[in-house]
Amino acid sequence: MKFWRTPLDSDRVKVPHGRIHIIVERCKGCAYCVEFCPRDVLEMSTEYNQKGYHPPYVKVEDDCVNCRLCELLCPEFAIFCTLKEEEEVGNKEEVGHVESRS
Amino acid sequence: MSNGKPSEEHHPMEALLRMDRIPHIWCSTCGLGTSVSAFALALEDLQYDLDKICIVSGIGCTGRVAGYVKLDSFHATHGRAIPFATGLKLANPQLKVVVFSGDGDLIAIGGNHFIHAARRNMDLTVICVNNFIYAMTGGQVAPTSPLGASCSTTPYGNYERPFNIPHLAESCGAVYVARWTALHLRRTAKSIAEAMRKPGFSVVEIICPCSTLYARRNRLGDGLELMKFYHENSIIKHGADPRDVDIDFQSPIVVGKFVDRDRPTFIDGYNRAMTAKLGEKFEPYGVAPAEVHDG
Repeated sequence: MKFWRTPLDSDRVKVPHGRIHIIVERCKGCAYCVEFCPRDVLEMSTEYNQKGYHPPYVKVEDDCVNCRLCELLCPEFAIFCTLKEEEEVGNKEEVGHVESRS
Repeated sequence: MSNGKPSEEHHPMEALLRMDRIPHIWCSTCGLGTSVSAFALALEDLQYDLDKICIVSGIGCTGRVAGYVKLDSFHATHGRAIPFATGLKLANPQLKVVVFSGDGDLIAIGGNHFIHAARRNMDLTVICVNNFIYAMTGGQVAPTSPLGASCSTTPYGNYERPFNIPHLAESCGAVYVARWTALHLRRTAKSIAEAMRKPGFSVVEIICPCSTLYARRNRLGDGLELMKFYHENSIIKHGADPRDVDIDFQSPIVVGKFVDRDRPTFIDGYNRAMTAKLGEKFEPYGVAPAEVHDG
């Protein structure tokens, strides 16, 4: 995450991480999730699903903060987020820290 | 919805949907699925007993909602969602009755029922999904179609002045009136939850993109383009005068919570009038047993 200065509560606030699940066969390729994802995690794939639509795919899962906007915005109930557990994220130093990703 | 953790295969919304009917019939980039998600989010927030919530829909694309949501639901005839819901509420006042229907069903064919339910202040929550057109029957002009919009029955543009739903509801006596677009999900959910908590006739209008008919006929792209339009052209104005929130063709849309006031509901009025006339002989109707003892 990019900040113009170190947030004062950066040692206390942990940025949650989400895992995105896409039910590809249910997707009708509306691209709402791709367009409105605040972290630009998703992108439309060039592949087709059974219905002949292009489903999205996860471009950079590490950026997902589990805001669930894609899950709520999806008119087909075809995408959802789950919170990544602490262990899964790993105790890597850069996670949740400022200026780690620019 | 909030029962248990979602697994790899199961969408958390599936607990609230009749999965044997999914995929639904709504077109790609239609905003109705999103509106249903907002409703589900509101239910998640309210934590009501789902057995006490009923959902009534009329006919139309939005009318399908009653068939997809796994609550006690009824798919009424065209325009008659509110009369059915009124009967349901009066027969069992403990129920939370939600009317989830479209603009054509509620404001056009059921317009008379809408104004009278608002006048009586029936304890209903009306979620009116407005897509500006009769979508299911082929894109005929609706009483909410903006001036100048092309519809299959007005190929040279609509020349009838459309209804302003918040103003209609407010002037007829609704106690809670809000308008959001399908993009304002969390705000819609919050409004639906507030409306369901509020006793009386509450209306939440959701502006929803119709890709196949409204957007295509008017050369506005698809639902995604309309969603982007809402993103850029929605003005949040809480407490705005409902008279000033008309929607013109592709004009900025004023959204927000416009009305939140208190009026006695139909059942309150009945109990009050009868108690005044009959005194002790009258047993108030629709009051939960515990409240009777307290009072």
